Amino acid sequence: MIHLTIDDKSIEVPAGTTVLEAARQLDIDIPTLCYDSRLKPYGACRLCIVEIAGFPKPVTSCTTPAADNMVVRTNSALLHRLRKTTIELLLSDHPNDCMVCVRSGDCTLQELAYLYDVRENRFSGGMRDHNRPDANPFIQRDQNKCVMCGLCVRVCEEVQGVGAIGYSNRGFEAKVCPPFEKDLNCEFCGQCVSVCPTGALSGKMWAGQPRQEGVKLTDSTCTYCGCGCNITLHSHGDRLIRVSSKKTSHNRGWLCVKGRFGYDFVNRGDRLTTPLIRREKGGALEPASWDEAVQFVVTRMAGIKEKHGPDALAGLASARCTNEENYLFQKFFRSVIGTNNIDHCARY
Amino acid sequence: MNSEITVNVCLGTGGIAAGSEMVMEEFRKEFETAGVKNAKFGDRCKIHKVGCRGFCARDVLVDVSVGDKTWTYQYIQPEMVKRIVKDHVLGRQPITEWLVGDDYHTFHDNQKKVILGDLGKIDPESIEEYVAVAGYTAARKALTQMTPAEIIETMKKSGLRGRGGAGFPTGLKWSFCAANESDDRYIICNADEGDPGAFMDRSVVEGNPHAVLEGMIIGAYAIGATHGYVYIRAEYPLAVNRLNMALEQAKEKGFLGKKLFGTSFDFDIKVKLGAGAFVCGEETALIASIEGERGMPRAKPPFPANKGLWGKPTIINNVETLANIPAIINRGAEWFASIGSEKSKGTKVIALTGKIRNTGLIEIPMGTPLKDIIFNIGGGIEGDKLFKAVQTGGPSGGCIPQQHIDLPVDYEGLKSVGSMMGSGGMVVLDETDCMVNISKFFLEFTQAESCGKCVPCRIGTKRLLEILTRITEGNGRKGDIELLQELAEDVRDSSLCGLGMSAPNPVLSTLKYFRHEYEAHINQKKCPAKVCNKLLTFFIREDMCVGCGMCAKACSVAAITGEKKKPHHIDSSLCIKCGSCFDACKFSAVLKE
Repeated sequence: MIHLTIDDKSIEVPAGTTVLEAARQLDIDIPTLCYDSRLKPYGACRLCIVEIAGFPKPVTSCTTPAADNMVVRTNSALLHRLRKTTIELLLSDHPNDCMVCVRSGDCTLQELAYLYDVRENRFSGGMRDHNRPDANPFIQRDQNKCVMCGLCVRVCEEVQGVGAIGYSNRGFEAKVCPPFEKDLNCEFCGQCVSVCPTGALSGKMWAGQPRQEGVKLTDSTCTYCGCGCNITLHSHGDRLIRVSSKKTSHNRGWLCVKGRFGYDFVNRGDRLTTPLIRREKGGALEPASWDEAVQFVVTRMAGIKEKHGPDALAGLASARCTNEENYLFQKFFRSVIGTNNIDHCARY
Repeated sequence: MNSEITVNVCLGTGGIAAGSEMVMEEFRKEFETAGVKNAKFGDRCKIHKVGCRGFCARDVLVDVSVGDKTWTYQYIQPEMVKRIVKDHVLGRQPITEWLVGDDYHTFHDNQKKVILGDLGKIDPESIEEYVAVAGYTAARKALTQMTPAEIIETMKKSGLRGRGGAGFPTGLKWSFCAANESDDRYIICNADEGDPGAFMDRSVVEGNPHAVLEGMIIGAYAIGATHGYVYIRAEYPLAVNRLNMALEQAKEKGFLGKKLFGTSFDFDIKVKLGAGAFVCGEETALIASIEGERGMPRAKPPFPANKGLWGKPTIINNVETLANIPAIINRGAEWFASIGSEKSKGTKVIALTGKIRNTGLIEIPMGTPLKDIIFNIGGGIEGDKLFKAVQTGGPSGGCIPQQHIDLPVDYEGLKSVGSMMGSGGMVVLDETDCMVNISKFFLEFTQAESCGKCVPCRIGTKRLLEILTRITEGNGRKGDIELLQELAEDVRDSSLCGLGMSAPNPVLSTLKYFRHEYEAHINQKKCPAKVCNKLLTFFIREDMCVGCGMCAKACSVAAITGEKKKPHHIDSSLCIKCGSCFDACKFSAVLKE
């Protein structure tokens, strides 16, 4: 174990812990933009700088491993000045249209600007013009709001293993983009959207929907597959307007395209809310009660089994069920119906 | 080289650009012609291509050696060869008016050549010639007679420090790397020389590639590396060619590959071409580039010596550092430590350019006073103008003013005045250079070469450049000097890698020593050196103007009027201050104030 002192508080951490992680264990707040505990440290935003006794200049706490007897200071006039300059520089090349930005109230940059009281900007000057229409169906890219924290690139590479985006150009004109600056064409899991600290990446479906006021958050479980990812439903009135997932969930906040963006059907008027039964051959599907529907299935299955034997029946299970449900389903077919005709949609 | 007559032709990039390949061809033709008449001639005479000898401004340089006497010719062009062969080689009458003058000797005699010693003497494309000057004896000695620990100890004792810029002690770095438990280690030669105007590494690789390879072999053995890389710019085609040639030759001779020099040590080197990003000279970005990633720096620690290429302990040394190593092994740490100043040992190769008479590549003992370099080796300021400052360390360095002219040129000396050694660039500035403009020039470079990863460098250097630009254009505001100072300090203190940390140096050092020039630009809207056109008024001196009309022709806004053969006039209300008339006038009649 390693002993170190951060802002006069001592702490013991296992070897390999970074100074930032140690400080967070002590509930010491160090600002960050490019840090995410789930990804490799990157050291680009330069906000998590701290002073360490014996080091000639401030270092980024996210990349510096804690060492024995380290004495760390996370706040000083110099650190405050350097952080404020960094935030001011970022804002000097930012649209600053928080009033109409999808991330207002939920934006790290906005919060930092407020905390560091950046009202006027000493560095106003030329700004990037990287916005361009991207026809992909899910992800809204407002590149002029990008702070180049690299979280999207890293999550795509490290977590999703896709690598659909990378960097191009140098210096001030550097930007994140898909290969050859084409439209985004990936699996649209939206992990990039979930880690973006600003409004540079958002869901296209989020546009024009309530952001904070009147939005109700309800924790739930995704029903798309057996993984059972924890999700948080954002609703406004009786409408579902966004799906997110918490970092603390068993799925660590990661979702797939269906879990993150496949919620549109919930708000549709033609969505099925009761079972339907075709009572006569060639007739229309008619609403029925659950009791009637279940009884209908039981009667038909029993009839077929009796008349044609159990192998006349087959069961096709769904990936949307949990493992336990799928286990029960095959058990039902093998033991109750008495057939091995059982398969699963994930095979097709 | 045992021939009675040897003609050395400089075939470095500078020489080739000046036409040395054609000069050499001409010599070959002339000799053939002469050889026909005198059958014995061919055996006695040799045309010999050599690397750069530093004084590229005088290229094509040709040595003619007859017996043990050598004459050096300068500015040789193909059509001059015929006469050299006829008069000097055949007639034994040197052509005195084409020979180099005293300044050539002052240029060379005031230097101490450890690295550049064999450049200009041996054929870089021949391993035999390198072996003939005791090449690969140091590697043989190191591998067969020394333990890795002894080599590292020798490096530590020699006091050799990294020549790439930061000046970290080489032996110490090697010992850090060797101390790691690892199944594999790497040694990388950093030949990604990118400072504008710097060409020391290029010349060394072009002129003596085997010295670099030998240094790598010794380094690899010392740290236990079995694989090496040379990371070299693709913009150096000649260096890349000669390097590849040298690698082939060394492999054939068994100096690279398996069981080197009869020991159990295996070592091989690969060449990796850089794609033109300045930042890839930074070691972590260089590693990323070799790994096939975008060349962006990574935060240190971990340092490459502990966790570098492919996560393995890696040593990255500059070309010049590596080229020093064979000499240190052969001649001993004490010999090396006897050269130079207290904390900076050995020599340094410097690319001397700017407003100076003798420009080129020089090698001086560390600690040589700035004055000696500029006024002895460099021959003083061009056109007898007043010396103003010298910019050292490339775009990341600083400007050193007249008052520090006695400063010893070594790591500590340059750092003490807010500049740095860097890779060894030295640009001499005179009274006609505007210091605000100079710092703008360097910022243009660094901000364009920033990788864009960290905020202070990506946006900070851009903002610094914008402020400098508005000052030079007459739009400087009150408070801009303070703003520049603050922002430059913040970019220096919070950037991720060496590029961002040092990019503000030109601004900080000029603010320190030439603050009055900034003030003149902002407060009086004047450029004291008369460089920033937007701050000048252009007018025509009637007594000097012959009325040729060239200025009026050059003016894109028709601000100049006048009758033919009569003095012209500039309408300052129309003038956009582009300076075209000033450049167009052959009679110095256009003045700017």
